[in-house]
Amino acid sequence: MKKFFERLAEKKILVSDGAWGTELFKLGLRAGECPELWNEQNSTEVFAIAKKYIDAGSDIISTNSFGGSPVKLSHYNLQSKAYELNKTAAEISREAAGDKLVMGSIGPTGKFLMTGDISAEELIDSFTLQVNALLDGGVDAILLETFYDIDEAECAVKAVRNFPDVPLICSFTYDRNSSGEYRTMMGSTPKDILQAMITLGVDVVGVNCGGGYNNMIDLVKELRGFSHNIPILVQPNAGLPETVEGKIVYSETPDVIANSVKSFLSIGVNIIGGCCGTTPEHIRTIRKIVDDFLLNQ
Amino acid sequence: MNFSFDENYLLSQLALCIERGKLNSSSKFPADMISQPGVEELLPELLSRNISPKIILDNGLLIGMNRVGEKFRDGKIFIPDVLISAKAMNAAMEILRPYIVKGDLKLKGKVILATVKGDLHNIGKNLVRMVLEGGGWEVIDLGIDVSSDKILDALKTNDIKAVGLSALLTTTMLNMKDIVRDIKNNFPEIPVAVGGAPLNQRFADEINADLYSPDPQGMLDYLNNNFSLN
Repeated sequence: MKKFFERLAEKKILVSDGAWGTELFKLGLRAGECPELWNEQNSTEVFAIAKKYIDAGSDIISTNSFGGSPVKLSHYNLQSKAYELNKTAAEISREAAGDKLVMGSIGPTGKFLMTGDISAEELIDSFTLQVNALLDGGVDAILLETFYDIDEAECAVKAVRNFPDVPLICSFTYDRNSSGEYRTMMGSTPKDILQAMITLGVDVVGVNCGGGYNNMIDLVKELRGFSHNIPILVQPNAGLPETVEGKIVYSETPDVIANSVKSFLSIGVNIIGGCCGTTPEHIRTIRKIVDDFLLNQ
Repeated sequence: MNFSFDENYLLSQLALCIERGKLNSSSKFPADMISQPGVEELLPELLSRNISPKIILDNGLLIGMNRVGEKFRDGKIFIPDVLISAKAMNAAMEILRPYIVKGDLKLKGKVILATVKGDLHNIGKNLVRMVLEGGGWEVIDLGIDVSSDKILDALKTNDIKAVGLSALLTTTMLNMKDIVRDIKNNFPEIPVAVGGAPLNQRFADEINADLYSPDPQGMLDYLNNNFSLN
């Protein structure tokens, strides 16, 4: 597990992967289908996505397991397959990554603790099973991504901490309100989140999804202003999705994001990639900008 | 109608309990109202003083819910606050249910809500449900992953004023187009509202929806403005 920290220290800035969900849809996943079931039934396609990101220059890629918690899989009545689907997700990315790093993706359950939908114990059990399977499949780190509720994230962090020495990245998603402030869906500010995550001992704090690269620059600046030391991961959407003649289009193409990527690097981020709508081409662009940036340091 | 100071005070307290999500005197939330009476004490007290369920709904519950809807729309409160208010409101409506069943208390009309086919996300839809119910509308909640057929069946068997469709994903919002078309083909007079994180006015126009609103309050305002109250 030391490999993640060694690589981060050695390379200074790691390039991660881009979107998985929108890439799976391009390959034929349909709305309402369980993406994690593809690890078993369409593993060639899942492998192809992982491999394309590695070929585009990713130093670290994630796994097709965002909705792989037993709680989430129960929507498809697949909770009993949770261990296998997550372990396979990790194995597929591991094989594609070669000597590059793999981070096991875990998303929120969609249930609220505060309304009594689910208990903290149930959440911890569900996340623990998923973490265990991803580690058995060979991941180098765990990526909790697109979280919005500090309490649920705390349960996920506790689940990860059941296993010794696992590098842990925890990434939240924010909206920007009309007065320009960033808040999670639960109303938490970037500072609230950062304080909670530092207190919980998370290794890397992240921001992902949201309104796109340009939209996130001030957010990352704000986070970096609160802590000069904590490693930061940034994985924005390729802008907000729009429909053009019945098709989904993301406005931030690889050319469009170039300047925003440079801004992120000068603010001081440590892992940079993309979320919904980003492609291997986005990662190729980011790779080049990161290499140029590090050369001129 | 004239009330004593006491009764007006109780009604304003009831509105506050809905707004802040104060269920009963033993509930721990909100922290600044600990040990004060909540919805489950104030509402029976008002009924025991012969205040009509209609007055309680209009001058207490709906005033509280309106404040919640408006504050949520304006970004002053967030989802947790709305969910807690919803719990208090549900408890109040349970107490009033016998009066609705008997016909002593009439709601404004029935509305269908559904998360569209392929989409399993219910939070946004539930927020809309809460705000509409809080505004005095009766909601038939068809749940998540709902097909056109299910909506058409519900339209056939109920006196429905409008349909609201929800989607969280860019992929599933495309399914809204077919559902809106199916409703319009069979029930051209029924307005269809659409909402959800990836949507916008342009998309709503493209698929011939009658209303797009970025927040639940927009649908409530639309219903209140377009349908006369009974």
